[in-house]
This record gives sequence, C-alpha cells and structure tokens, in this order.
Amino acid sequence: MAKPELKWVPTPNDADPSTDSPAQGETPFALVQGQPVTQLPRDLYIPPQALEVFLEAFEGPLDLLLYLIRRQNLDILDIPLADITKQYMTYIELMQELQLELAGEYMLMAATLAEIKSRMLLPRSGDVISEEADPRADLVRRLQEYERFKQAAESIDQLPREERDTWAASAATDLRRPQSRLPQIALQEMILAFRDVVSRAAMFQHHHVQRERLSVRARMTDVLAAVDGGAFLDFVQLFKPEEGRTGVTVTFIAILELMREGLIEMVQTEPYGPLYVRAAQTPHLRPVEGEPADNPTEQDS
Amino acid sequence: MSDHHIRNVIEASLLAADKPMSISEISELFDEDGLTDKAQIQTAIDALALEYGDRGIELRETASGWRIQIRQSYAREISRLWPERPQKYSRALLETLALIAYRQPITRAEIESVRGVAVNPNIVKTLMEREWIRVVGHRDVPGHPELLGTTRRFLDYFGLRTIDELPPLAEIKQMIDLNPQLLLPVAEVPDTDAVVVAADSGEGDGPA
Repeated sequence: MAKPELKWVPTPNDADPSTDSPAQGETPFALVQGQPVTQLPRDLYIPPQALEVFLEAFEGPLDLLLYLIRRQNLDILDIPLADITKQYMTYIELMQELQLELAGEYMLMAATLAEIKSRMLLPRSGDVISEEADPRADLVRRLQEYERFKQAAESIDQLPREERDTWAASAATDLRRPQSRLPQIALQEMILAFRDVVSRAAMFQHHHVQRERLSVRARMTDVLAAVDGGAFLDFVQLFKPEEGRTGVTVTFIAILELMREGLIEMVQTEPYGPLYVRAAQTPHLRPVEGEPADNPTEQDS
Repeated sequence: MSDHHIRNVIEASLLAADKPMSISEISELFDEDGLTDKAQIQTAIDALALEYGDRGIELRETASGWRIQIRQSYAREISRLWPERPQKYSRALLETLALIAYRQPITRAEIESVRGVAVNPNIVKTLMEREWIRVVGHRDVPGHPELLGTTRRFLDYFGLRTIDELPPLAEIKQMIDLNPQLLLPVAEVPDTDAVVVAADSGEGDGPA
C-alpha cells in the first residue's frame, strides 16, 4: 500500500550488468522463468491515477486515520499521535500534489491532530489532570464510533438482499388480474368542465372589476328615473343585457333595494305573467335625498 | 377444508401475489369459507416451509409478510439468468444507510458528525428513490431538520422482519479500560494518574 515510496527505474540497461545484451534485444520478456528479469515491464509502474483512486477511496478524515492505525496494527486506544499526525500529513500533501479536491474536513482533522498533540505536550499537574481527560479521548471516541458504523455498513452489505442473493418467486396464472382501471375521461367532458371553471372565474373577474364602476345606489337612481312618469314599465326592460351578468345583478339588487324602501312597486297581472314596475304612489322623500351624495363619481357612467 | 387445500392455496397465492403477504392478508382469501383462523394458516405455512426444506425455493418472512423466494445458496447460478451484474452500493451509501438504520430517527447533521464528512445529497436521494428511507419527522430545533428513518421496504429488501434483526453493532471499549494505557507517556507518576483519570468517568475519586 505504500505507493509513495515506489520508484521508477528508468534505465534498464544499467540495472543488471551481468545480462547478455544481444539476447536481450531478441527476447527480453520471454525468459522470465529461466533468466533473471532484465527489464522492468512498464506496467509494473504504478501510475499516479491508481494512487488517485486509492486515495479517493477514503470516506473522509476518520476513514483515512483509521486506515493508518489499522495498517500498522496500532491500538486505537493508544495512538502514537506524533507518528500518526506525520503520516496523515504525508497523505494530505500527496492528495494536494495530485490536486484531489480536498474536503475541508481533512484540513480540520489535521488541525485537530496538531491541537491534541500540543495539548499532550503541556505539563500537567496532578490537580489539573483530575479535571481533564486524555486529550485523545474525544478523537478515540469518534474513531471508534465511526468504525462501528463502518463495520455495520459492511454487515448490511453482507445481508442476503433481493436482486443479488435472492429473488421473489412467482408463478404465471391464467386468472385475469383485475386491474383497478381508472375511468376514461372523454375530451369533451374535460372541455365542459373547463368551461365551467372559466365561466366561474369570469364571474369573479367581472364582479371584481366592475364593482368599481357600478354602484347599486347609482342604479337605484337610474331605475327611479326610468319609472318617473308613474307609468308601468316592463320589468325586463330595466335590464341591459350588454352590461353582462354583473350589470344585470346590480340592477336587480337596485330594484330590490328600491322595493324595500317602498320607492317602487311591482305588479303582476296574472300568475307567470310579465312583471311591471312603477314608482310608488306614496312618495318617500328621505332616501331620495341621500342618493346624490352617495355616488358622486358614478354619475357619468 | 383440508390442511392440504389450505397449504396449496397459500402456496399458490404467494406465487401469484407478486409481494409478501401477511397472515391476515392470507386469511382473507379464505373468508368466505369461514373455516380458517390465523393459527391454522400459520400451521400450514410451517408445513409448507418444511416441505421446501431441500428445494431451490424457500419460504421466508420479512417485514411485510411471507414470500416464496429463491434459496440464497443458488444465487450464483440464478444470477446468470440476467446479464447485468447486481448493483453494488458504495461505502458512502452503505455507511449512510447503516447510520439511518441503527440510529433512526436521525438528522443529516448527526450522520455527518459520525462519518466526519458531509452527507452526499445524491445518496439520500438514491435511498429515498429505492424507498429504503423516508422522512419520519422534524427535530424540534432551529431549522427543523428532517429526521430520517428506514421503511418496511428496506426490511423486505434485506430479508428482515424487524429492525432488531440487523446485525448487532460492535461494542465500544469503555474509556476506563483505556486510561492506564493512555497514561503511559506521562511516565513519572503512573499510579496516581491512573486513579485520577478514572475519576473522570464518574467513578468517584477514592484511591484505588
């Protein structure tokens, strides 16, 4: 694993002076068993990419640290901090040389190691020791905790799992599998539904916009003016369909309001016959007085 | 209704269902006959499992219920039915999954603090897409981080009935064990140190 120490031997001819150079030119690689190897095959050299792969395999600073500890069979509970820190830094430098993108966590760990080491160097009097644990304790706890889950991950990986170790068995059946089929929706129904939505939205829209312009009060005045002569007026004629739904509604409310206030009367000559409106026979002055003040801006509409 | 009949219906339904079936789901198949209770079905399942004893398939109970599956010892040959290799999961994914499984409910930050590196969002996404984990709630701290937990699908996939069936976590060696060794570098007064550091783990401060 100690790839950093590997060295490339660039001059094969100098490597072994005892070899016969003419023979070497003909069959340099075929005599591995019979002859001493005279030339290092190129692919024995470990290219930097391989090292990169190896270094990238670490799952973080704790993983790297654990690797360093385990590789040397060190006791995790008694880490020689100076050595480990030195080795850790070598790897970090190597990673930087290879321009691997180093996560900030790696640098943080380097700093933590240095800090622990420096705290261990500080002289400790008996009183102080009683207050503080070994400076390594927290790091050891984290390493142990990480190692537990590293192992747990391995044991989860070894669990017999679907698609790798087992497969659900099934059998074909002639029985029709009843499929809960969702109802088909004809395009027409959708269009109709959409039309409803649009018309409902339109209602809101008109109501909202025209509220500014249409005043029930103003419309009451209009209706009163229309029936001013005292003659009967066809109820339907009071409405202007071109004003749309809102306009018609406002007129209707105006009529209701006028009736409530007793300013107009409504008569019907026969059941289901046309309705007629006329001004009330007994004048009520009070509400009429209030009208102009109520709707100064709408007069022109 | 004969035991034989019940057994065959169970076998057939497990093969037809395309998913594990619980005892109560199986018992519903018999409802109209009104003759089978759950104990009877359990007996029939046991008998069926016994029958499968030396066959290529086996009966297994997972979180969602019983299923008939290929016996693991034949996985090598059976996997050759499909040219593509089964998906291999990265260590990062497995470690993240392990933390969620053993420590659920757990936040991403808690996963990070154990693993020492940031949680890869793609890993969480993959685990979610596989329906192995889900958000089970939010921790009541600032930011309300999501709490992650495993699903029944996760248990089914790994052939587990409950989360307790996960392999046990390794024990952590107690700090008290480590104290004498830790104090070796401070060689001048090893005996008194040992006592004093032991006091740190709440053991009182009396001399040993």
